[in-house]
Amino acid sequence: MFKTLLIKELTLELRRKSVISGLLLYLFSTAFICYLTFSLRQNQITPLVWSALFWITILFTVINTVAKSFIGEKKGRDIYYYSIAAPELIIISKIIYNSFLTLLLSFTGFVLFILLLKNPIADFTLFALTLALGAIGFASSLTLLSGIAAKANNSHILMAVLSFPIVISVLMITVKVTKNCIDGLDRSVSTNDLLTLLAINCLVTAASYLLFPYIWRS
Amino acid sequence: MKTWLKGVSIVLLGYTIVGGLLMDVPRLNIVNETVRALYFHVPMWFGMVALFLVSTIYSIQYLRKPSFEKDTRAVEYANTGLLLGLLGIFTGMIWANYTWGSPWHGDPKQNGAAISLLVYLAYFVLRGSVENEDQRARLSAVYNIFAFAAMIPLIFIIPRMTSSMHPGSGGNPGFNMYDLDSKMRMVFYPAVIGWILLGVWIATLRIRIRIINEKLLNLENE
Repeated sequence: MFKTLLIKELTLELRRKSVISGLLLYLFSTAFICYLTFSLRQNQITPLVWSALFWITILFTVINTVAKSFIGEKKGRDIYYYSIAAPELIIISKIIYNSFLTLLLSFTGFVLFILLLKNPIADFTLFALTLALGAIGFASSLTLLSGIAAKANNSHILMAVLSFPIVISVLMITVKVTKNCIDGLDRSVSTNDLLTLLAINCLVTAASYLLFPYIWRS
Repeated sequence: MKTWLKGVSIVLLGYTIVGGLLMDVPRLNIVNETVRALYFHVPMWFGMVALFLVSTIYSIQYLRKPSFEKDTRAVEYANTGLLLGLLGIFTGMIWANYTWGSPWHGDPKQNGAAISLLVYLAYFVLRGSVENEDQRARLSAVYNIFAFAAMIPLIFIIPRMTSSMHPGSGGNPGFNMYDLDSKMRMVFYPAVIGWILLGVWIATLRIRIRIINEKLLNLENE
């Protein structure tokens, strides 16, 4: 059942290629705007400015990506899913699928930023790990919120309002570790932060798993 | 709320105001007399966390067995918690103005506090944008629990991991070090209990008003 749900998400995605290509274009446009704004003064992009631009771009792309997972679904289809699958399976499959998407987008974003701007990262492996943990954290905390927002009016505004306070704890840690990566500090400095990030991911996923059945029932 | 608890709250807060402003406090560099903020600023956060916790517990109970009353309780405890949180931020800003030199210093603790208040403001926005009453109650209960789970790392863990100028963190002396002879504890603990009781009192009053309004509405409809 679980596998079927994952495959269903993937097939749906491939059938509506405009959505994923729209997201990629969104990512590209944002990165390109950053590039254009600084095109005359490339040297003014200090590592911290780079980090801020990068995480803002990733944050907005990811919120748009995850928002579509429930808001984009057709009304009647909910009832069909409800009748064939357990809610726990649905939320876990959505979280895994969204993590996959956010990972894809964040790494694409990273490549774009290196190509268009510059590359201030000294410790690649650590940064890749942070990016991966951050992307999974965004996906797991935003999926449930997308489910909540989909049930309310003006869901797109609500999605942004609800998600910012929740993802900020993930964002604060990733920004901090990014700074460590830029400075090329020893890895032991960042271990604690990464463990906290992992713990937040687990906490948020567990909370989504427990709470999702209640919003699904309505 | 029991009448004797209200009495206890009044007595404790009266004692806090008189004792907190008049009793002797340790002399310390920079902080000086502002150390008295401990009796008014810190209990706000204790109260806020306590009330949010109560609100979350009612939300969990609501999800287990939905009823109008539990939803009302969850909302009003969150409301009062938000009020205490705002007061906590303002009292902190007054204190920071005299000790740090500016009201908003971008300290990790201040930022964490501001974000956790944003969470609860978003909770009220969510309630405002769902029209169906049952659905509103259920969605906001889910968000309340989720937000509380996300708030814990925010106000308890992250500020402790980053350097901060706030007393009690980043190597700065905290309450335990200020208070070598335990004199401040004699006012601090009663203050915490008194403020929490006051918060609960406000919340219960508001809950009663809401329930009475709901009853009136039902009577009018009949």
